Amino acid sequence: MAARRHSSESLIVILFSLSLFIVINAQETTQTLGNPDILVDAKAEVPETPPEQEKQWEPTEVTETTRVEDAPVAAESAPPAGTTDSTAGAQRTHGKEDFQEELVIRPLHSGDIYASFQFRTLWETDFMKGNKVSHYRLFPKSLGQVISKFSVRELHISFTQGYWRTMQWGQPFLPAPPGAELWVWFQDTVTDVDGTWKELTNVLSGIFCASLNFIDSTNTVQPSASFKPLGIGNVTDHRFLRYATLPREIVCTENLTPWKKLLPCGSKAGLAVLMKSEKLFHSSFHSEAVHIRPVCGDPQCKSTSWELRQTLDVVFDLHTSGQGKREWSLFKMFSRTLTDACPLASSSKIYIDVTDNPEGEHFDLTPATPLLSQATVLGDRRTFSVYDLTQASTFGTMRTFNLQIKWKSTKGDMLRPLLHAERYVAGYGLQTGEIHTLMYNQHPYRSFPVLLLDSVPWYLRLYVHTLTVTSKGKDNKPSYIHYQPSKDRVRPHLLEMLVQLPPNSVTEVTVQFERALLKWTEYTPDPNHGFYVGSSVVSSLVPSIVAMDTNNTRDQPLFSSFFPTKEESSYFIRVYTEPLLVNLPTPDFSMPYNVICLTCTVVAVGYGSLYNLLTRNFQIEEPSPGLAKRIANVIRKMRGVPPL
Amino acid sequence: MKLPVLLLIFATHLPPGTAHIGQHVGNFFSSQHTNNWAVLVCTSRFWFNYRHVANTLSVYRSVKRLGIPDSHIVLMLADDMACNHRNPKPATVFSHKNMELNVYGDDVEVDYRGYEVTVENFLRVLTGRLPPSTPRSKRLLSDDRSNILIYLTGHGGNGFLKFQDSEEISNVELADAFEQMWQKRRYNELLFIIDTCQGASMYERFYSPNLMALASSQIGEDSLSHQPDLAIGVHLMDRYTFYLLEFLEDIHPASKTNMNDLFRVCPKSQCVSTPGHRTDLFLRDPGSVLITDFFGSVRKVEITTDAIDLTEPARRRDETAVSEERETEQLSYVDQLPVSEIIHQKPKQKDWHPPDGFILGLWTLILLVFFRAYGVKHLKHIF
Repeated sequence: MAARRHSSESLIVILFSLSLFIVINAQETTQTLGNPDILVDAKAEVPETPPEQEKQWEPTEVTETTRVEDAPVAAESAPPAGTTDSTAGAQRTHGKEDFQEELVIRPLHSGDIYASFQFRTLWETDFMKGNKVSHYRLFPKSLGQVISKFSVRELHISFTQGYWRTMQWGQPFLPAPPGAELWVWFQDTVTDVDGTWKELTNVLSGIFCASLNFIDSTNTVQPSASFKPLGIGNVTDHRFLRYATLPREIVCTENLTPWKKLLPCGSKAGLAVLMKSEKLFHSSFHSEAVHIRPVCGDPQCKSTSWELRQTLDVVFDLHTSGQGKREWSLFKMFSRTLTDACPLASSSKIYIDVTDNPEGEHFDLTPATPLLSQATVLGDRRTFSVYDLTQASTFGTMRTFNLQIKWKSTKGDMLRPLLHAERYVAGYGLQTGEIHTLMYNQHPYRSFPVLLLDSVPWYLRLYVHTLTVTSKGKDNKPSYIHYQPSKDRVRPHLLEMLVQLPPNSVTEVTVQFERALLKWTEYTPDPNHGFYVGSSVVSSLVPSIVAMDTNNTRDQPLFSSFFPTKEESSYFIRVYTEPLLVNLPTPDFSMPYNVICLTCTVVAVGYGSLYNLLTRNFQIEEPSPGLAKRIANVIRKMRGVPPL
Repeated sequence: MKLPVLLLIFATHLPPGTAHIGQHVGNFFSSQHTNNWAVLVCTSRFWFNYRHVANTLSVYRSVKRLGIPDSHIVLMLADDMACNHRNPKPATVFSHKNMELNVYGDDVEVDYRGYEVTVENFLRVLTGRLPPSTPRSKRLLSDDRSNILIYLTGHGGNGFLKFQDSEEISNVELADAFEQMWQKRRYNELLFIIDTCQGASMYERFYSPNLMALASSQIGEDSLSHQPDLAIGVHLMDRYTFYLLEFLEDIHPASKTNMNDLFRVCPKSQCVSTPGHRTDLFLRDPGSVLITDFFGSVRKVEITTDAIDLTEPARRRDETAVSEERETEQLSYVDQLPVSEIIHQKPKQKDWHPPDGFILGLWTLILLVFFRAYGVKHLKHIF
């Protein structure tokens, strides 16, 4: 451990001296250099993008407004061209690596604030086909070794506390169900997929300090159509896919600590300094995720890079905690301000969603930013104010960056999400029940297909013959149904169906179930709390308002580039329903004790008295004489006469 | 690279004057252990047992502060108090009222949590009999040169300790587990601390060598709680661990405090119960055993005078040939919801089954042959 820390220190020293050297060089060539701080990330191979060239970086850039008074500042802070050559040479020995960080903040209409951190490490290397990778720089070694050892092609893991309220908050950038979710695509060279999956979950439980080792065959399914690989690759045989959720998983600091350690800068620099657990967990919704997948290494998609994407989504309920004032700042949300970008990051930006605030009528941003960018997110074109943390001018003279929003009015309507879903348990008693899943299509005139995935534990025995799908009072026949019945204590129910949702409608899926009796030792230590059933997953192609960008290899802001798009007219989203909490018939656990007590009593009283009766001898006892007779006898004895 | 580190360590231990070197070196090597481990267990579930989690975390905080790394600590917490919905300040666990000391910290690593904290898992960790795929962070990888600190807290009675309100470990089982550890050479010396009601009953059956044990209360006594907090609504600590933490906060890695000082922690006037200790199995004199032998960590230092050449160029493997051939195939992203493909996908191949007509024909043939051979008149012999 000491050795590793030492080597990283020496690396930093070397790089710092290198950057110093560049600074000296640069100052010779360009006299107008503003601040040497921006050259700290000479390590990063992608050169600093000056704001004038932002059009190249932003994919769906339509308007780039640079206010006149800020233009000279931006021109000044352009880095010298010498940076690229010196770093590119040093990088050549190692596969190309790139790290980007982003913070997206979206003020929600409910008064809450949605903050989403996105970190992406791209590495041009190959974990496939048993290739041994031994030298790691930005990519975390612990995950790299997991990928190599278990021949993982894609790994998606998320830990979430709280439920994402789609109707109040809109769609998240990356959805996640409450609890823990893990789905993995293995490479086609894996022969024993189930064994590898079991070992992988054990290893991941160690890495993330989570109870992922509770994933076994009773909560693992192989969806036939719901989860397709998100990375590149041509094999989609679902035999190599495993999906599991743990809806009761706790998420707390011990999960955040290892998650932060995977970042190249840890929580020491860059956006990650904002991640203080006291603030992040004092929120309405908290979700952290790690996604690993192979992506295109070049625009022609001839080579593969490995992408590690770490996201952390938080919804702060500042409206109630701030005594009803709708004001917030980075300091109020995270109890920290920013002082620098991560020196290893090639880009470090903060995006504020200002789509609903085009003329500044709803809120004011301080400090103001000259940069605006547009991106197509979830079928909608959004406008963002951009703060580039790699520019020293962002931090101003105080060398600290504390973004503030002051609200002027509380009006404004949210665009209603086109798709959302909810679920509940109906019925009474402890024998049977009914699961209702409601899927809402809010589009006024377009219908679209959704794929519903339900994974129900074996102790709820589904009556599949009672399955009904109705929309607008009519039967809606699914065009595809895949059902795998459960086996007691071995595997869960898996139900997948493809349903076409008519425009402006509610589609209801109901199925009845019976509650099974568990064995005495199978109950949890707190069985009266109930048992959880994981969220259903609704995957859908929702019609888009604006044309989607189908070029998946182009550089985009991280938050808008996760699900690959195939066609311009629709976009892919995934919606999770609430997990269910179901009461099972719970026995009286003190019953064995009661039985023992009762049996002992019966034995003691019943058998004891019988035994007593059988073994006792009976003798006829003469009744004792009365008092008068006894006195008379005493007198007779004294007289010497025989007694009566 | 190692040299500056070890010089630093020696510099902290050796005063500038060299007169006492011999004596100090003697202290430095008096204990025979080369590594330190800690197993810290909270066995209680439910919010009202907040204090047991705080107990365990305060010991965790102390051993971590004194140098035992997270990789050498197995921390078991039976419930999540920090992010419990009843906690008014999420991601914190306080040990002092008025929220003075947050023992949860910002970089805690819990190895076993929730339902994972069972008697079986605890005994498996101690004896090392875990499934092969168990990660390193969940294992006690100690050897015969390890000093192990074992701390337990929860609800107990005479001769047992409850786990999660649903099962219990008895003092005989615990004693046997330690004997198994000794026979497997899993420890050099072991310090056992338990904070529970009638805690002394848990160590009275121990019979393995090199064990030292402490308990918060004698048989027949209850261990009592301390520090009620109005905002959190529960007691924050147990008395014994509260004063233990107070004692440990004053310890630093070079402290000369010994075990006899630890035995004096929390007298009956403070604890209300009578803390007990047992040293008859321990071979050394408790007065010569430093607190840091168990709560701190030793760093293994090796001195070499040979020069090590680190400038040897790393050999690079020739990877170009392999990557060339792989790049020929064009890769693309997969359609996330291929509707037509899903609808028109071939139904799963069923097992071969003879056509219905064939079975019908076969039966007809059998009946025909039967009647041909025996005729209708023989039917009465059959039925």
